Amino acid sequence: MADVIRQQQLGGVRREFAPWTDPAAAPLIRFDAVTKRFGDVAAVDGVSLDIYEREFFALLGPSGCGKTTLMRLLAGFETPDAGRVLLGGEDISAVPPHLRPVNMMFQSYALFPHMSVAANIAFGPKMDGWPRARVDARVGQMLKLVQLDGLGARKPHQLSGGQRQRVALARSLAKSPKVLLLDEPMAALDKKLREETQFELMHIQYELGMTFVIVTHDQEEAMTVADRIGVMDKGRLVQVGTPAEIYEQPNSRYVADFIGDVTLFKGTLEGRDGDVALVRERTSGVLLRALAGMADAAPGATVWIAVRPEKARISPDPLPPDTPNVLSGEVFDIAYLGDLSIYKVRRPDGTFMKASQPNATRLVERPIGWDDKVWLSFAPEAGVLLTR
Amino acid sequence: MATQRNTRLGRLALIGVPALWLTLFVAVPFAIVVRISLSESVIAMPPYEPVFDLSAGFAAFAEALGRLDFDKFVFLTTDPLYLESYLSSIRIAGLSTAIILAVGYPIAYAMARAPKGTQPLLVMLVVLPFWTSFLIRVYAWMGILARDGFLNQALGGLGLISEPLDILSTDTAVMIGIVYSYLPFMVLPLYASLEKMDLSLLEAAADLGCPPWQAFWRITVPLSLPGVVAGCLLVFIPAVGEFVIPDLLGGSDTLMIGKTLWSEFFSNRDWPVASAVAVVLLVALLVPIGIYQHMQARQLEADR
Ligand SMILES: Nc1ncnc2c1ncn2[C@@H]1O[C@H](COP(=O)(O)OP(=O)(O)O)[C@@H](O)[C@H]1O
Ligand SMILES: [Mg+2]
Repeated sequence: MADVIRQQQLGGVRREFAPWTDPAAAPLIRFDAVTKRFGDVAAVDGVSLDIYEREFFALLGPSGCGKTTLMRLLAGFETPDAGRVLLGGEDISAVPPHLRPVNMMFQSYALFPHMSVAANIAFGPKMDGWPRARVDARVGQMLKLVQLDGLGARKPHQLSGGQRQRVALARSLAKSPKVLLLDEPMAALDKKLREETQFELMHIQYELGMTFVIVTHDQEEAMTVADRIGVMDKGRLVQVGTPAEIYEQPNSRYVADFIGDVTLFKGTLEGRDGDVALVRERTSGVLLRALAGMADAAPGATVWIAVRPEKARISPDPLPPDTPNVLSGEVFDIAYLGDLSIYKVRRPDGTFMKASQPNATRLVERPIGWDDKVWLSFAPEAGVLLTR
Repeated sequence: MATQRNTRLGRLALIGVPALWLTLFVAVPFAIVVRISLSESVIAMPPYEPVFDLSAGFAAFAEALGRLDFDKFVFLTTDPLYLESYLSSIRIAGLSTAIILAVGYPIAYAMARAPKGTQPLLVMLVVLPFWTSFLIRVYAWMGILARDGFLNQALGGLGLISEPLDILSTDTAVMIGIVYSYLPFMVLPLYASLEKMDLSLLEAAADLGCPPWQAFWRITVPLSLPGVVAGCLLVFIPAVGEFVIPDLLGGSDTLMIGKTLWSEFFSNRDWPVASAVAVVLLVALLVPIGIYQHMQARQLEADR
């Protein structure tokens, strides 16, 4: 949650950057209906995606959904069974990995164990035939960038996990590639180091003006670092958007549930009242109202309304009669997080709803406790209508 | 308290058993050989007169120590036969080792990169020859390499040669025999080191702009070096002292230290000189073993 807020603050700097909204902008990377199968499994299934220059793009999804495979298609370690991969407008499907202007930071780091840290970093520039002096200068510069000055002579096995991760990053940055691919770069780090590294990555990406594609299964990480996020499910790309779009306007239950906390109400679409869709909840028979938005469903269809906990109101007293979407229940569980409390409420039909409330004042006159009877509500604009 | 004593006992057994084994079957036999090498030849059974008589007590032992001469070892330097045998053995074993490495590396590489499921089968195939007697396999090479053997018949039949090749009873035949017999001892350690290599390292190299052929030299070869060293020593050391192969496949002019030792022992019945030859050979071979140990220790350090 805190990361969402941070992202929005950071958005102040980045708001201007949105080439994906410009129909004239040419993407740097284009996946064009790419499919990759391993035996019967389609690890990547008809993915089309544009990524723009200087963008920080995150591929997000649970383990095994095909993130690494999509990245390996871009690096050249896999060839697509169908579709094309384009870089700068050219089809690179047939270009071998060592000739692609793309560098990858491996999930396992893949540092050369028989070479020193400096030799690992120098490997790429040397391969490109840089003169010795320029290679040495570059190695020094990279060591400084990742704060490993003085450790150039060490072997990888003499470093800590966090230091190895930095060497891997420095090595993949050394050639200043057009595109840097990062496969779960922070998976092996502890939480604090991970957060620091996230900000460092954003800083480096901004400073060097490179295009970063990061793979992660951690939604907070994706929201923190990325300009846009692509959410994957079983080889398919289910939604692409800015962190705020993905969070505020998920296009499916899968995305709503994967990113952040959400309560889902399942019901039947009864009709519309202007912009507002009327949905009869299945379990309780309550009529709920939510903005219809883009969702195109005919009356009678099964739909869902997704409500984020911080957009639901919770009250120890009955709400005024004209309040929309009023529900009631008993407090089942309370999670006190310091800045806010999250209440899990059990409704009479046996379903649960989550609502959070900032702990703005220290002395709440009537604190909500366990088993208290409470009333919940959400504005129609706070509910997202989902058709799948 | 009791468990502490148990762990101490366990540790003692752990070190004690191999130590006892090495004492009984390496140190004691070697001491006997050294003792014989310092003795005088006589016409008797056994055909030497020991310098040391352990039953005579410590004073006699100390006195014998003062009387020691190393004339058998001095003798080895006076007759060029011995030096030539050593050098020729090292040359033949060294050349054979180089050929085995050249042949064995691609085999081990192909095995390590084969599908995981077929690898155990391939390892089995490499060790399969051990299921037949070594002696019979070397005899079989006599049949292959002889003037009227399979090889000459096949080459003649194909019209590739008009005169049969004289391969049997030459150093070439000895090297063919060594290459054939010792190949598995190279392939297995090489396979072990190539198989455990992380293939994502090659992808990382390619990613950084390294073409596959260069990645082989820059990544694969350095990382398989421990396997190369182990394989070369496992082949070279026994090949230097090899007796059966030069005896069966070599000619009368094939000089190898194993053969020289055998004729000193059985033809000349000069046990002391034969023992001196053996002692010098063992000491000479300690050098590469020492290098190997050193490299192993370094490897262990690196793996930590
Ligand atoms: N080389 C391969 N051979 C067979 N199946 C593979 C291979 N690589 C990936 N897969 C399968 O493809 C799917 C996607 O894998 P991957 O891209 O690694 O997922 P992620 O990185 O999202 O965890 C998984 O089901 C995985 O088992
Ligand atoms: Mg992965």
